[in-house]
Amino acid sequence: MSGTKGLSRQQIADRLAFEFQDGWIVNLGVGMPTLCSNTDIGDTQIIYHSENGVIGYGPLAEPGKEDPHLVNAGGQNVTLRPGAAIVHHADSFAIIRSGKIDVTVLGAYEVACNGDFANWKMAGAKGGGIGGAMDLAACAKRVFVIMEHTTRSGGPRLIARCNIPVTARGVVTRVATNLGLFEPLGEAFLMHEIAPGITVEEVRAQTGAEVRVPDRLPTFRLAR
Amino acid sequence: MKTKELASFADAVRDIPDGASIAFAGFGPVGVPYNLLNALAEQGAKNLTCVANTTGGAGQPRMPDIGRLVEQGQVRKVICSFTAATRASDQLPFTKYYESGEVEAELVPQGTLAERLRAAGAGIPAFYTPAAVGTELAEGRETRSFGGRDYLLEHALPVDYAFLRAWRADAFGNLLFRRSQRNFNPVMAMAARITIVEVEEDILPIGGIDPDEVHTAGIFVHRLVRIPPAPAGIWQPGPREVRR
Repeated sequence: MSGTKGLSRQQIADRLAFEFQDGWIVNLGVGMPTLCSNTDIGDTQIIYHSENGVIGYGPLAEPGKEDPHLVNAGGQNVTLRPGAAIVHHADSFAIIRSGKIDVTVLGAYEVACNGDFANWKMAGAKGGGIGGAMDLAACAKRVFVIMEHTTRSGGPRLIARCNIPVTARGVVTRVATNLGLFEPLGEAFLMHEIAPGITVEEVRAQTGAEVRVPDRLPTFRLAR
Repeated sequence: MKTKELASFADAVRDIPDGASIAFAGFGPVGVPYNLLNALAEQGAKNLTCVANTTGGAGQPRMPDIGRLVEQGQVRKVICSFTAATRASDQLPFTKYYESGEVEAELVPQGTLAERLRAAGAGIPAFYTPAAVGTELAEGRETRSFGGRDYLLEHALPVDYAFLRAWRADAFGNLLFRRSQRNFNPVMAMAARITIVEVEEDILPIGGIDPDEVHTAGIFVHRLVRIPPAPAGIWQPGPREVRR
């Protein structure tokens, strides 16, 4: 759990997992996104894909029961579900590039309300970490982002335009943070849900772009 | 048929010259040829071009990886999808050598890296991909529109050597990988002139793997070395910590 107000990392991941529809092939990126495969979403059938060629994995392995040959995108030991399959890296990205991934869930440093996002290079850095994010962001049917609402120093991460080099342009359709669930609308973010105990004023104060609020604003949906 | 099995990792890497290009398989700690990397660090070839998903981990204990070759001054350039860690608080040993200019890097989206290797192994000189369109990586590069969508030109990436790690092999070099160990191994084997494999189980007699179960055909494989039990052999780091 981070030091910021609002929801835990697993709760934020749970909320995005509730967006997954029956039969979707879902790719989870490094970091918070990998927590989505722990969420109990009832009878909804999801096929989790990891960029390293694992199709049909399940929750993280219990301590002491890890298979050293089996990791997800974050290098964490996961479990396989019945019907799982393994492919090599070029085939794994063939699946991605050919548009078979219904949604990819990625972490980010910044998301802009025009749907651009940045997650591979910090301000002023020479190097970066792209991993599979550019392939996924360009080719998945949908891109969801999961992130802390602000930087460690309290600066906004949801902003009008990205300040650092982008990973892809105009692709993000949902952003879940410790403060709420958002949709980039172009010139503003629409807040779909708000975290328990958080006010709209607090969200606006910590967001670097306009935040639109519907007449009835539901509270962030949590796991049972 | 002659066996491709060699007695030691030192024998397997002895002829690698200065200036060679080498692809190293692995994703996370799985399928990484740690024993061959260690032997190359001891062999001392310099001015190498290294192709891999990452330049090595930030975790402890340190493993013999590209970061170690860099620290020993053996590397001129890396081609990879990470030159920095995904978590800003992690510091890769490689990063400071890159930032100071001692080592060059070509940063490539991971799927593009895999496909460039596959293309090299498939006799295809170049291809177009949508990955990285509209980003800093596409600046000054050839793009072309197909069906109203923009794509970036990427070239095949052939290498002199590939270092692999497999679960099972027969003496002809037919390989079988276990779980996510497969990752880059098959495409790197196909992209290389000479493919060297460290093998986790005893090397089987020729024909010891059912032809239907072979992941990488032995025609792509040139040298095999069985990994000895620890501590002589290097296995892999333990499970990674999970932040919830």
